[in-house]
Amino acid sequence: MTATSLTSSQGAGRTGDKVFSGAALAAGCLILAVLFGVALFLVVQAIPALTAPADKIQGGQGFFAYIWPIVIGTLIAAVIALVIATPVAIGVALFISHFAPRRLASGLGYVVDLLAAIPSVVYGAWGAAFLAKQISPAYGWLAENMGWLPIFQGPASTTGKTILTAGIVLSVMVLPIITSLSREIFLQTPKLHEEAALALGATRWEMIKMAVLPFARPGIISAIMLGLGRALGETMAVALVLSSGALTASLIQSGNQTIAAEIALNFPEASGIKVSTLIAAGLVLFVITLAVNMIARWVITRHKEFSGAN
Amino acid sequence: MSKRIDVKDLNVYYGDFLAVEDVSINIEAKSVTAFIGPSGCGKSTFLRTLNRMHEVIPGARVEGEVLLDGDNLYGPGVDPVTVRSQIGMVFQRPNPFPTMSIRDNVLAGVKLNNKKISKGEADVLVERSLKGANLWNEVKDRLEKPGSGLSGGQQQRLCIARAIAVEPQVILMDEPCSALDPISTLAIEDLINELKDQYTVVIVTHNMQQAARVSDKTAFFNIAGTGKPGKLIEYGDTHTIFSNPVQKATEDYVSGRFG
Repeated sequence: MTATSLTSSQGAGRTGDKVFSGAALAAGCLILAVLFGVALFLVVQAIPALTAPADKIQGGQGFFAYIWPIVIGTLIAAVIALVIATPVAIGVALFISHFAPRRLASGLGYVVDLLAAIPSVVYGAWGAAFLAKQISPAYGWLAENMGWLPIFQGPASTTGKTILTAGIVLSVMVLPIITSLSREIFLQTPKLHEEAALALGATRWEMIKMAVLPFARPGIISAIMLGLGRALGETMAVALVLSSGALTASLIQSGNQTIAAEIALNFPEASGIKVSTLIAAGLVLFVITLAVNMIARWVITRHKEFSGAN
Repeated sequence: MSKRIDVKDLNVYYGDFLAVEDVSINIEAKSVTAFIGPSGCGKSTFLRTLNRMHEVIPGARVEGEVLLDGDNLYGPGVDPVTVRSQIGMVFQRPNPFPTMSIRDNVLAGVKLNNKKISKGEADVLVERSLKGANLWNEVKDRLEKPGSGLSGGQQQRLCIARAIAVEPQVILMDEPCSALDPISTLAIEDLINELKDQYTVVIVTHNMQQAARVSDKTAFFNIAGTGKPGKLIEYGDTHTIFSNPVQKATEDYVSGRFG
């Protein structure tokens, strides 16, 4: 215990610190560099399409007329996927975290995680070869009985290769993402808050409404946004399932197209301005995803005061 | 608005492990009863069986009877949810709902039982409950602010306000001051003294001075060794337990010779 022990540095520990902080910094910078590089590539490559005269763009009416139907198509498919997947995912996650006996819960959690391991092309094949056929009678019924709603307007597709089928396939694909994230969040609910609710005479469901769901709300939103990210960008499943066409309001006719599938289907044979157009479409998809994520951030922080983080 | 509790031959198990053995105790209405004893002696476990909160822990079960004014809490067809709405609980660490405002925290339990409460009634109830918990003056200007923004002692009084808002028969307190500073502790102890005018209060505490200060009767729990069940050693007037206990173990404990 001499005075030198305060000043002499412990060589090994210091070096480890420096290496680690350097590695962490490099990793952080790399992410930014990659993101910036992708964004730059998209913008530079997209400029010719954005500035080209209208008649050079596919469809002959300019880039905007080309892009907006597939933007809408992308959003329709993603919204269908989320509308179906979110309630199911939250229900499954709650069942696993709060209702199921422990043994069943771990098995079920494993099965849900397995869903995420199936390659998207397999989902696409399943949707195109099996689901579309099985579901087309239901579309016929919808067209007959609910046809007065624009979204179920007939005549229904006989092949079943519609945007609704694509949305259903997408919902199965985003289900494991939302489920496993929500489940993790639900399991993190402080026992204290659950007991507080139970001690007031809450039933299990009331306890979940009172303690679990409010606590998990930001996490659920993040989970949905991650699911949305996948639904927006998913290519193979949509490309295989959807018999694409012009934008239509009806979900049960063939038609509509998503950005990702449009790019995938056309890119191999594209050249010149067409390549540029497709990359510009990719830029639009990138911007949509970015906007979605920022809105999600904003929604989460808006309620920070009540989040329990303080 | 308060009922007595009579416990007959109660055993508490965690799975096959007997945690608390053969407790019989009569808790008077409108009084403060303190449970003291060394850590792990089963006093908190036993407290939880008084409103069936032990059932939250997987594998926990009881044998025996707990009578609330003669009605067995463990009788066939008795819903633990109903039991808990009549026997409130305050926990070791303050646990207001972080996502709710102070006002909503107070109303949380009431809204469970009675969905349609008018705003006027709710205002009256919030004020009465917060006054009952000696918190009204400190929070009346910020009822819409989150409860988690209060200090620890204020949060604990908010939890008491939340418990009394549903007008329970009994209030159980599981070491309510163990996470609080001495001044907040004093505020809670004063409050406990006032609460016994209307409620039956049962409090678990590690702090013997606290038991001596707030309680009318004291029960001493002890454990023979690790892995052995906790037992009720002695139960009587607080004054007697602290000045002239019958059992040697009680005397050793209250005089600080062990535990």
